[in-house]
Amino acid sequence: MNGAAEVTTSKMLKRRRSALGTQNPWWAQAIIYLILFVLGLITFIPILNVLAISFSEASQIRLNPMMLIPQQFTLSAYEYIFSTPILTRSFLITVMVTAVGTFFNLMFTAFAAYGLSKPKVPGYTFFTWMIILPMLIGAGLIPYYILLKNIGLIDSLWVLILGGLVSPFNFILMRNFFWSIPEGIEESASIDGASELMTLWKIILPLSKPVLATVGLFYAVGHWNDYFNGLIFINDNTKWPLQVVLRSIIIDQNMMNMGAIPQSMDPSKVVVTPENIKAAAIIFAVLPIMLCYPFLQKYFVKGIMIGSVKG
Amino acid sequence: MASLRAGHRSTKLSSPLWSNIKRYKFMYILFIPAIIYFIIFSYVPFYGLTIAFKKYMAFQGIWDSPWVGLDNFRYIFSSEKFLTVLKNTVLIHTYALIFGFPIPILFAILLNEVKNQLFKKTIQTVTYFPHFLSWVVFAGIVVNFVGPTGVINTILVNLGMQPLNFLTDTELFRPMLIVTGIIKEFGWGAIIYLAAISGIDQELYEAARVDGAKRLRQIWHITLPGMRPIIILMFVLNLASILDAGFDQVFNLYNPAVYEVADIIDTYVYRVGIQSTDYSIATAVGIFKGVVGCVLIISANSMVRKWEGRSLW
Repeated sequence: MNGAAEVTTSKMLKRRRSALGTQNPWWAQAIIYLILFVLGLITFIPILNVLAISFSEASQIRLNPMMLIPQQFTLSAYEYIFSTPILTRSFLITVMVTAVGTFFNLMFTAFAAYGLSKPKVPGYTFFTWMIILPMLIGAGLIPYYILLKNIGLIDSLWVLILGGLVSPFNFILMRNFFWSIPEGIEESASIDGASELMTLWKIILPLSKPVLATVGLFYAVGHWNDYFNGLIFINDNTKWPLQVVLRSIIIDQNMMNMGAIPQSMDPSKVVVTPENIKAAAIIFAVLPIMLCYPFLQKYFVKGIMIGSVKG
Repeated sequence: MASLRAGHRSTKLSSPLWSNIKRYKFMYILFIPAIIYFIIFSYVPFYGLTIAFKKYMAFQGIWDSPWVGLDNFRYIFSSEKFLTVLKNTVLIHTYALIFGFPIPILFAILLNEVKNQLFKKTIQTVTYFPHFLSWVVFAGIVVNFVGPTGVINTILVNLGMQPLNFLTDTELFRPMLIVTGIIKEFGWGAIIYLAAISGIDQELYEAARVDGAKRLRQIWHITLPGMRPIIILMFVLNLASILDAGFDQVFNLYNPAVYEVADIIDTYVYRVGIQSTDYSIATAVGIFKGVVGCVLIISANSMVRKWEGRSLW
C-alpha cells in the first residue's frame, strides 16, 4: 500500500520534472534506449534460442543453430522426455517437495518471527542472534554432511525439506513486518477476549498476507531450483528432484538416465537429438517459473525493497 | 495485567524474570521449534569441525578418530593444489567485482532516464528473468549458446573465423564465467539501486535545473551521491565474500579440462570431501574459508559503521 503511494508520487514528480523540461537531448535519449535494448536482447536471445530448439525438427538444429523461432515445429522432444519415467517422476517429487517444504518453511519462519517480534520477551536478543548468526558463519559442508548421515537423513526426501527450513534472511524480513503492525491491534483483540492463538490466527496472519506471499515465493523458488541438496545428499536416483535429473541430462550429458528409448516409440521414427532433449528438458523445468513469473517478479521486488529499507 | 495476576498468585516464589517468561509463554512456544532446528542443523555441526584436527576414519566416527594436531592444515598450505584453488577463487571473485559491480549501477541510472514506462517495464521484466533460473538451467542455456555448435560459434564460423572453445579453453573459461555471471544477475542487482534512486529528493534536481545544470551533471552531482551509501554497502559486502567465487555457477559449468583455472575453494571442498571422502582435509579447508570470511565480514561491518554510520546487523 505504501509502495503504491510511492509510485504515484514518483510518477507525479516525474511528470512535473518533464513538464519543467529537464529532458536529455534526443541523441542522448536515443543512445540510452539503444543500450538498454541491447542489454535486453543479450539476456533474452540465449533463452529464446533454447525455446526454439526445443520445438524444432532435429535436422534443422544443425542447419540453423541460431534460430530464434522454431524451425519445422514439432513436439517430438517433449514426447520423448514425457515418455521416459525419470523426468516426470522427478517433476512430481519436486512439486511435492516444493509444496510441503514451503508450507513448513512458512510455518516455522512466521512463528519464529512473530515469537521474536516482542523485545520484551526475556532472552529476546540471545534467541534472535541464535537465528541470525548462521547467516554469517557456518560449520561448512562436511560437518553438515556427517550430521545428516548420523541422523539418517541421507537418501531421505526429508533432507530436501529440512535443509534450510528457516532462512535467517526471511526471518528478519517477517519480523520487521510484524514490528510494523501497531501494537494496539493486538491489545484490542486481547481486551475483546481473544486468546493469543486466536489473535495470531485471525488477525496477525491475515494482515501479513503480502509478506507471507513474498517469503513463500522466496522459499518456493528456492525449492524448485535446488539441485545441491539432492545432488549431495541423495544417492538413490529414483528419489532425485527435477534439477538433479536435469543436471545429469544437460551437464553430464547423460542420456542414459533418460532410460532407453521407450517401446511405445518406433526407433526409426525417433528424430530427437541430444540438443532437442536438453532444450526441452530445460524449458520443461523453467515452465512453472515462466507461468508464475508475473507474481514472482512483483513479490520478489517487494521483498528486496523491504529488505533494503532495513539496510 | 497478566503479570499482575501472576504476581499475586505467587509473590514469593517467582522472580520478575520467571513471571515474564510465563507471561510470554505463547511466544516461546512459537519460536522454540525454530531454535531447536538451528541447534541441530547449524550448531551441532560445529562439533564436526574437530575432524579438521584429526585423521577421520569413517568406521571410528568423529570421537574415536586419532588426533593429528595441525597436520591437515600443514598439508593444505604446502599443497600446490590448494594454492591454485585459493588463487582461482580470489581472481574469479576480483574479476567479477571489477567488471560486474558497476554494471547494475549504470543499468539503474540508465533505466531511470527512461520516460516510456512500457519500455522500462519490458526491459526490467526481461533482464530480471534469469535471476529466477537455477544455475543448472542457466548453465544449460549458456552451454547451448557458447558451445561448439552454439550461436556464438556459428557466427564466428560464418564470418570465416576459428570457433572458440569457451568451455574447455583455459584462457577463455574465466572471461566466460564473468560475462555469464553478469548477464544472469545484472538486472536483478539493479533493483536495490533503483530503490536508492527513487529515494532521492526530487527538489534537488529542480534546484540543479534552475541553476542550469545539464542532465549529466545532475546524475554526477545528485544521483550518484544519493546512491553512495548503498553502493558502499554493497561494495564492502562483496569484498567480504572474496572467498566465495560462486559455487553454483562454477560447479555447473566447469570440467576437468579447466580445473587449473576454474577450481575454487567450494568446488575443491566438494570434490575432496564428498567425492574422495577425505573429510579431514575438506573440513580444514572449510575452516580456513570460514575463519577468513568471518574476519572479513566483521571488518566490513566496522568499516561501514565508521564511514556511513550504519551497521549490517
